[in-house]
Amino acid sequence: MTQAPPAPVTEAPVLGAPVDRIDGTAKTTGQARYAAEFDHPGLVHAALVCATVPRARLVGIDTADALAHPGVLTVLTHENAPTMRKSPSPGLPDISTMATATSVTYLNTDEVHWNGQPVAVVVATTSDAAKEAAALVRPSYEPLPATVDFQAALPDARPQKRNPFSPAGGAKGDAEAALATAPVSVDLTFTTPMHHHNAIEPHATTAVWHGDRLTVHECTQTIDWTRRRLAHVFGVPVADVRVLAEFVGGGFGGKGYLWPGTVLAVLAARVTERPVRLALSREEVYRTVGGRTPSTQRVALGSTVDGKLTALVHTSITQLGRIGGWPEQVTSQSRHLYDAEHVLLRQRQVELDALSTTTMRAPGESIGTYALESAVDELAHRLGMDPIELRMRNEPDRNPLGGTRFSHRRLREAYALGAERFGWAERSPEPGSMRDGRWLVGWGVASAYHPAQMFPANVTVRLFADGTVLLRSAFHETGMGQPTTQAQIVAHELGVPFEAVRVEHGDTALPTGPPAGGSMQTASLAASVRAACADLRRSVHGLARRSGSVVGRQRPADLVARDGGLFGPDGGETYAAILSRAGQSRVDAKVGSDTGLGRVTGQLRFAARMVRDGMRWVRASTGAQFCEVRVDPDTGEVRVTRWVGAFDIGTVVNAKTATSQLRGGIVMGIGLALSEETLVDPRTGRIMNPNLSGYHVPVHADVPELDVAFVGDPDPTMPLGVLGAGEVGITGVGGAVANAVFHATGRRVYDLPITLDKLL
Amino acid sequence: MRVNGAETSAELEPRVSLLDALREHLGVTGPKKGCDQGACGACTVLVDGRRVVSCLGLAVQYDGREVTTIEGVDHPVQRAFVRNDGLQCGYCTPGQICSAVGMLAEHAAGEPSAATERVTSRPTLTEAEIRERMSGNLCRCGAYNGIVAAIAEVAG
Repeated sequence: MTQAPPAPVTEAPVLGAPVDRIDGTAKTTGQARYAAEFDHPGLVHAALVCATVPRARLVGIDTADALAHPGVLTVLTHENAPTMRKSPSPGLPDISTMATATSVTYLNTDEVHWNGQPVAVVVATTSDAAKEAAALVRPSYEPLPATVDFQAALPDARPQKRNPFSPAGGAKGDAEAALATAPVSVDLTFTTPMHHHNAIEPHATTAVWHGDRLTVHECTQTIDWTRRRLAHVFGVPVADVRVLAEFVGGGFGGKGYLWPGTVLAVLAARVTERPVRLALSREEVYRTVGGRTPSTQRVALGSTVDGKLTALVHTSITQLGRIGGWPEQVTSQSRHLYDAEHVLLRQRQVELDALSTTTMRAPGESIGTYALESAVDELAHRLGMDPIELRMRNEPDRNPLGGTRFSHRRLREAYALGAERFGWAERSPEPGSMRDGRWLVGWGVASAYHPAQMFPANVTVRLFADGTVLLRSAFHETGMGQPTTQAQIVAHELGVPFEAVRVEHGDTALPTGPPAGGSMQTASLAASVRAACADLRRSVHGLARRSGSVVGRQRPADLVARDGGLFGPDGGETYAAILSRAGQSRVDAKVGSDTGLGRVTGQLRFAARMVRDGMRWVRASTGAQFCEVRVDPDTGEVRVTRWVGAFDIGTVVNAKTATSQLRGGIVMGIGLALSEETLVDPRTGRIMNPNLSGYHVPVHADVPELDVAFVGDPDPTMPLGVLGAGEVGITGVGGAVANAVFHATGRRVYDLPITLDKLL
Repeated sequence: MRVNGAETSAELEPRVSLLDALREHLGVTGPKKGCDQGACGACTVLVDGRRVVSCLGLAVQYDGREVTTIEGVDHPVQRAFVRNDGLQCGYCTPGQICSAVGMLAEHAAGEPSAATERVTSRPTLTEAEIRERMSGNLCRCGAYNGIVAAIAEVAG
């Protein structure tokens, strides 16, 4: 195989440029369509009936009134629903099993496992009729004992099993002994409530069967996994299931799994032999889609009088459902952020009769950094030391646990950059010492941390004779701007204008893409897109050689891809000219295989790489979050008035969309810090605020201008140097806000969210 | 009812909301359903030029009125949203844009907001004013900075 001509180093790079979104016009004119917006002839509507008890046996279900409602076609319950296959538990070798949200076979059981489990689905000719009839279904329950109170269950916590991406603990030396003898120490307990994603698009499914072939428009971050799980549940070949999701109205981890609404929409379509749309109400999303676990955390730090950490203890207890859930990696960042001599990290869990908890933006680090960074701030206060100085004194050269090398680490640079932009040097250290009129002013800082990993990604890249390029891969656009950034990478790799690249995504008919999760999509795709583009350049060089082009007479290493072609010291030609001379209408390159064997190989390679990379490097996006709050001394009202986030996310592919991703993380972090809280009735396990009026996400008026800055240093071990940007932005935010509130008021809040009652 | 300039008629049950009438009966899917209870603003449309959360009204209330959804909006603020990255997933965007168009008209008419310090004269459309006036439109992706920048750019 000949060597591929190298990718260009151009003067006006498309890589990193703040290019406008490819789909910006579609999204600002109402043309972008989401899962509930596809019409099919004969389309009917479904609505769920959700249990109102936490754990029970169904002893009857009266559907007579519902069936009598005009427009109702059927009511499916455990008494008449056809049998579906149970989804296997999440695990290797098939990573699509990760999408199994619960172990429950909906409507195939008389058992109720959580308060909100669907016990019936109504199908009617209009959505209003379906919803009205759903309210007329009367289930009868025989209650069973249920454990639903997280706080009450804490004494029964057991060691947590690790999740696929992060260990459940770790230790070095004897941290408790070191803590006991440390000259200065803090030993603090923090709690965080349950959170819900609240993507503005509620979950929706439009399902159409043609015989045994299924087409589903689904809002999902994992279209391939969804397809495979549905094929399994309904016992049809994977090849006969097509899942489409060109646009998804936000996910944040909440659309990564096969939740009941999807299964029941497909079931309803199967039974009625009609296309079915099931658009969940906001309340139904809360009832049937998991949220982020609540947590209780202990962080204890011991240090010398000059601020060198001798002990770091971080333990957590989080919640899973008995039917499934995500073991939250709460201590993840504590493995990597501080060079303590002795370390003890331990994660435990309780299992409740509740819906599975799930991944939500930076599972683990979002709430773990709140506790860790609050404790570090408290230690700095007790030491009388600047909190940044304390962090810099404990910045490790190698990973504190195990001594693994960092692939690169630019946290010092992030702090320097952020401190400069924020004006940190002007801070008066004493709590309560800064005021603006009647407002108490506080400045807080915290570290951001999120690991960087990659999924397998199959892509094809097609170069046409007119010099345009088509990238095809079943990846996801849930708001991160992925089609835009991938088009930039193609343009960069082939030296073609950005406008010459088209992208097809969000359809399982395309080569299998990576899930949109774990901040992995951009880098995962970048690796495959680069390889495919190198293959294309190689093919074009071969064509040039055979057809007598000046390009073919030069060595690949001497050629540069630019200006829509390949150019070297002896001249060059555009792709269009080369293809035209060779009589070719197009050239294709492909990375990855969607055959059964190709898939297994891809997954094995993925697993092997994850293990190997984990042994070689600790890799992460990091950052420094700077926050200014103003606190009303009379009411305790907290306003975030200034923000600087300085991040190391490796190479920035698109300065505009990456900034938005990080700002989005910070906004969600402001919600986590100040207002977001899912309220669960401790007697019944019922969510009491399943709506956007009782669960407070930040609004325009809560968000000041967020200054996002990049260190901009490529990671040497990642494709194009790209680390992830989707989650690191939320990490550290809770800590930075809490620390700013402490600085403003002298009150440290150990229980999120920091509502005004906690400051009075 | 006129929808985006076209005379439209439909036989609807009285319980059908304006939003459902548009999305499910007339095939106008630009207005989005985010909460169906007036808390998120994703369903915002313009009725005779004023912004309305279409999930909170019944379609029959709008008999004979002029309804403009995102599909019927042609306004510089749309290009400004793209330039300033005032969107991410795009789901709240139609509501944000309709709301922005309605809000600019309210401001031009001299209407005050909770952020207005002097209600006796026409308020300057500061960023604080924009944030206050747009706070009925939630964006979970957190594109607020870009949205405010886009509106400020158009407002001049």
